[in-house]
Amino acid sequence: MALRKVKGNLERMFDKNLTDLVRGIRNNKETESKYISQCMEEIKTELRQDNLAVKANAVAKLTYLQMLGYDISWAGFNIIEVMSSPKFTYKRIGYLSASQCFHQDTEVLMLTTNMIRKDLNSHNMYDSGTALTGLACFISGDLARDLANDVMTLLTSTKPYLRKKAVLLLYKVFLKFPEALRPAFPRLKEKLEDPDPGVQSAAVNVICELARKNPKNYLSLAPVFFKLMTSSTNNWMLIKIIKLFGALTPLEPRLGKKLIEPLTNLIHSTSAMSLLYECINTVIAVLISISSGMPNHNASIQLCVQKLRILIEDSDQNLKYLGLLAMSKILKTHPKSVQAHKDLVLQCLDDKDESIRLRALDLLYGMVTKKTVMEIVRRLMTHMDRAEGTMYRDELLQKIILICSQNNFQYITNFEWYVSVLVELCRMEGTQHGGLIASQLMDVAIRVVAVREFTVGQMALLLDNAHVIVGPAAARSSIAEVLYAAAWICGEFSQLLANPKATLESMVRGKVVSLPGHIQAIYVHNMLKLYAHIIATAEEEDDSEMIEEVTNLLLERLPVFVSSGDLEVQERASCIVHIVTYVQKCHKHGDKVGADLALLMTGELNPVAPKAQKKVPLPDGLDLDAWINDPPSESEEEEDDALEKEIFVKADSSYKHRKEKYEPSEEELQKLRDARRAEQASNPYYVKSSALSSPRPNHNSIQVDEIPVTAIDLNVSLKIPGMTSLDKYQVVDGWQDGGKKRHKKQKKRSKRKGQVSSSSEEEINRMHVVNTDIGEMPEGAHLSDDYEIDDRPEDDPHRALDINLDEPLSPNEVLPTRTHYEAHAQRKIESNNEAKLIPSEIPLKMKTRNKKERKEKKEKTKKVKKEEKKVKKKPSRDANLILDLIDPLKETVISDKVPVAANHINGIADAKNKEKTSDDLDFWLSKELSQTPESCMDGTTKTASPSTPSSSKDDSKSKKTKTKKEKKAKKEKDRDKPEKKLKKNEKEIDTLSRNRDEYEETNGTVTQEVEEKLAVPEPQPYSRLLAEDSHIRIVYSTAAMDGVMSEILVCIKFISQSSKPISKLQLILPDSSALKMIRTDPQSELVNLPWSLDPGESKETQLSFTAEDVTIPHKLRGSLSYIQDGSSSSSDISLRLEFPVTTFLSGKTASRATFTDLLSSGQLSARSSFTLPNCPWSFPEVLEELTLGGSLAVVECVDQTASLYGRSLHGHHVCLLVKYQASHHLTIDGKSTEGILLSNALDHLKTTLMQKQ
Amino acid sequence: MIKAILVFNNHGKPRLTKFYQYFNEEMQQQIIKETFQLVSKRDDNVCNFLEGGSLIGGADYKLIYRHYATLYFVFCVDSSESELGILDLIQVFVETLDKCFENVCELDLIFHVDKVHYILNELVMGGMVLETNMTEIITRIEDQNKLEKQEAGLAAAPARAVSAVKNMNLPQQIKDIKLPDLPAAIKDLKF
Repeated sequence: MALRKVKGNLERMFDKNLTDLVRGIRNNKETESKYISQCMEEIKTELRQDNLAVKANAVAKLTYLQMLGYDISWAGFNIIEVMSSPKFTYKRIGYLSASQCFHQDTEVLMLTTNMIRKDLNSHNMYDSGTALTGLACFISGDLARDLANDVMTLLTSTKPYLRKKAVLLLYKVFLKFPEALRPAFPRLKEKLEDPDPGVQSAAVNVICELARKNPKNYLSLAPVFFKLMTSSTNNWMLIKIIKLFGALTPLEPRLGKKLIEPLTNLIHSTSAMSLLYECINTVIAVLISISSGMPNHNASIQLCVQKLRILIEDSDQNLKYLGLLAMSKILKTHPKSVQAHKDLVLQCLDDKDESIRLRALDLLYGMVTKKTVMEIVRRLMTHMDRAEGTMYRDELLQKIILICSQNNFQYITNFEWYVSVLVELCRMEGTQHGGLIASQLMDVAIRVVAVREFTVGQMALLLDNAHVIVGPAAARSSIAEVLYAAAWICGEFSQLLANPKATLESMVRGKVVSLPGHIQAIYVHNMLKLYAHIIATAEEEDDSEMIEEVTNLLLERLPVFVSSGDLEVQERASCIVHIVTYVQKCHKHGDKVGADLALLMTGELNPVAPKAQKKVPLPDGLDLDAWINDPPSESEEEEDDALEKEIFVKADSSYKHRKEKYEPSEEELQKLRDARRAEQASNPYYVKSSALSSPRPNHNSIQVDEIPVTAIDLNVSLKIPGMTSLDKYQVVDGWQDGGKKRHKKQKKRSKRKGQVSSSSEEEINRMHVVNTDIGEMPEGAHLSDDYEIDDRPEDDPHRALDINLDEPLSPNEVLPTRTHYEAHAQRKIESNNEAKLIPSEIPLKMKTRNKKERKEKKEKTKKVKKEEKKVKKKPSRDANLILDLIDPLKETVISDKVPVAANHINGIADAKNKEKTSDDLDFWLSKELSQTPESCMDGTTKTASPSTPSSSKDDSKSKKTKTKKEKKAKKEKDRDKPEKKLKKNEKEIDTLSRNRDEYEETNGTVTQEVEEKLAVPEPQPYSRLLAEDSHIRIVYSTAAMDGVMSEILVCIKFISQSSKPISKLQLILPDSSALKMIRTDPQSELVNLPWSLDPGESKETQLSFTAEDVTIPHKLRGSLSYIQDGSSSSSDISLRLEFPVTTFLSGKTASRATFTDLLSSGQLSARSSFTLPNCPWSFPEVLEELTLGGSLAVVECVDQTASLYGRSLHGHHVCLLVKYQASHHLTIDGKSTEGILLSNALDHLKTTLMQKQ
Repeated sequence: MIKAILVFNNHGKPRLTKFYQYFNEEMQQQIIKETFQLVSKRDDNVCNFLEGGSLIGGADYKLIYRHYATLYFVFCVDSSESELGILDLIQVFVETLDKCFENVCELDLIFHVDKVHYILNELVMGGMVLETNMTEIITRIEDQNKLEKQEAGLAAAPARAVSAVKNMNLPQQIKDIKLPDLPAAIKDLKF
């Protein structure tokens, strides 16, 4: 064995290592690929050996070859082998290789989960560091799910190096496993205040990345970042934060106002150019978001523009570039301030740096005015002549056209000039923008009637010189498209041609056949138009010679096209050949066909609005969203039914609209027409087509707008929108355009549907300006709707990360942890046992006790095992919580008391918890107490009574267990049913005032006691009296807003006791050193209440506080001043807000699972307890007292024993066990991660319970 | 986010490639090629930002590069990164290389591409900037190198000796002895 090892080592000496490989490749320059394939063979042999060192060497070489473009994915398994080496050297090689060639779809990755977990938890910091780095490159969805928890654990590592990496990796985890975001976010947020600047910076980095894609979810973090921004000196981090603010301000203009000042200060003070630049950028973003009505921000704009000018004038090209980039952002909202620097921009056009020239071009686009457009375009044209590189020239060309055509030729005063510019541009060699020029030419020819004749003349010239345009270089460019436009324009407006025959000749001859098919087709088609025109005129003049000449010309030339390879060309050509032959035949007979021929092409072609097709209403009975075949699965069908309902409703309404609009009377039509004309006349951008210049002489007498409406009797409204109000559409569609395009990509059905229906509604309104009394859509609302469309591609992982983070976590939102299969199986068996046990009542107690004892034993052994293994595991769910919390010695006492119902709680309590969290959110949002709990409690009580069994839909999860329980409960309660019903009513009445936690308890212990308790009328449980005088009474309640900025929400309720209205209420609440209020105006201690109190009325206000230390109780002094109507002076009351430590606790996240986890993890190091030997309160009353305000929540309640849980804003856990003995002996045991907090909390609870005595 | 980090020389030969988004090998080579073409035709006195890489990214992405002697260092980043910040980062990267290799030159990158990767991993992780403080970076790298040396210990001595011999750049005839055949000869000795 030893020999073999030595031998292996010796052999190894002579293996090629990486250096040899590199050297070899360099020495074999000519035969590189041969050499490498030879090396590959060697590597393959090396990989087959057992020696890990040899393998690592081989993998290292592979990594190098991968860089050269060789696929090494076949070695995936070997790479994993090397990764799993215990030696750091090899591990590192393996991970490097993996990070270079693995990706999320690599199949072998599924083998790595446990190995990577081991590495992450390695005691060697660099092992875990390497694993983290590697994982960041190749993490897959599965790995993210399985390892999320381990990464989270590393967040609390003592080594900043690992914390930093773990924080960064979290981002990748979120991308791949979005469900992790909510549970992990609070921890991530904590890292913003990490003592290590690197970790802090990493956290900022991650949150910035997240927020950039979904800014609205991170608005609530603004204060934290604001604090960081004003306190940090780390430029890297500042840049990130400032960039983040740039993304946030558009959503919250108030934030922008707050930012201006510190940013301006930074701009003045910083010496770092990068920071300065980002500050300017964000200031610009802020100014854009609050652009209107802010006169004093001119100073900021000026500051920005000045600073940017300095940047642009700098000799450093980088700064110049960035300056221009930022300048173009200002341009959008404050064009005036930028236009002052036109000289600078034009100067940049001459810069030798292409990037800078392109940026300057962008700026020019916005700086054009009616006066300057000609000059600027002239300069650009001269630039274009000089410019080298087609890419830049193309860019110039495109910019020229964009500049001229923006906003419907807003800045063009002389269209003849523009047409000449376009013709000039045709001469540019090798451009890719032929299509663009062509469409511009057609646009101008169609819409600007005044220059049509000029345009037609120019086009005839172009056609005549086609050979110049389509030079040898034409193959690589798209300039031939221009001929398409030229041919069409000459054909369509042939009556304006000076010499139609010459044009026809120039179209027929030349190398037309070498043009692309679609252009040939247009050529052929327009030949016919020209021909028709020539024949018509010739017939009028009796110029039979001309007729014959032209006819023969066509008949001679057309056969070339008939044999064309392009179908379109072929078809059109052969059609035209027959028409011409027919005309020839007619002429032989002496018939005049010119007028008839012209009729073929009659009717003016008007531009159609780009969206016209989309605006066609859906025909009756056509449901685009209906399935053609049967839907694939049932669940989808359900969804679809819901959707379809919506479709029908909408389709119906649009149908109604259509019906109305199809029966307008003649009068109405006339009215419409007049309105339309008036509108067109007043629309400066509408290019009027006068009837006089109408191209078809034989239709001169007919009003243009009457043609389509009367002639085409379509039962869908194809025609109207495009033809009549085209320009209006285009103006409005400017902003719709982007939205619509995006919208196309998006496949989410529901959104799309809303979109379509709304736009069709809009369209209807537009068409029928007069009779739009139904459902008029406010323009503004529609606009914002459009913008909310998600323009990210379907596969963008950030779409999934659009998650509301302010919502408190629900108990089921935990990171997946490893669980035992065994545990699940066991649980099943036991629940089966229970199912059998329950119906038989008499032997019940005995059996349960036995079972409990068995369970305890199991639990104990399990515990021991767990400690041995020292691996964090989720204990089996049937573990009795209460047993975990107390010392083993006491276990026996309690287990006596555990009733049967205990095991049923699980299902119900879990379901309840879910609802509870959402309730909580509702509570903060709506201030309406306990309304939802009522309904959910209702559900449970009703299931217990047989009369209404179906109301527990939402509890379906727990239904199974419940039905069992139901049976039993029914038996028990059958006797006192009527009584109970009465009580239920009572209960429903006063639910509003009740704490929701007790419902949970109600569910758990369906015992006589609870019923008694329910009957007890309760006062408002939350509120504590704050102050009172003869006029006003003030009560307040507090609640910890875990998850939302870690604030304490204080709800202050003012109850008027005066007979007169009270107004001008003002709270003065100065911050204490440890407790700060979150204010809209940080400078002022005043809180103005914007309402007044009428006699007998009560109103509420909510204030948020943050506390630095949540382990100790706080107090806050302040005062309230108010004016009673009639009295001239204001009255003052002093206030004292108390914040006992329980204020900072929240039971929202309580769940059995987390609770058991906590108890078994050993995190709860601190413990404390107290006893009240003579507690005059009943057990439910005690519980109620403890759970006041939601600071603690009952996790489990069994008979006279309950376990409670609460989590502080800073993440400390507090677990309590409340035991109540018949002799009024109350014991409360507590465990916590934080000793001071626990002792303070228990002190407080003790005093409150004592006080109640 | 940084999408890719490319180092290549004046002839477009890749010296280090790190893609933080998956591309297959063929695509990677095309990207390197395209990037080289874009970058290499630019003068040294123009700005260091470049838009218009068609293969990687799109409108949101920029190439930010620096040219040092024979090497181009190109970072492809999206708009969440500060342009000037990335330029600084490239500087930090190069200075760190300089410290670790003592007057770094292209040859160091050619023969120790793995080490360059390890250094880069201390700067950027998964496309996000991990650390910018050079002393911290160097401490981490040295720590890891130390660890590697410890592990190598005695066992690696013969290998090191051999590679030292190889590195002596012995004349061609040594190659003609056909070193790879030696192990076979040793095998015949029957240990």
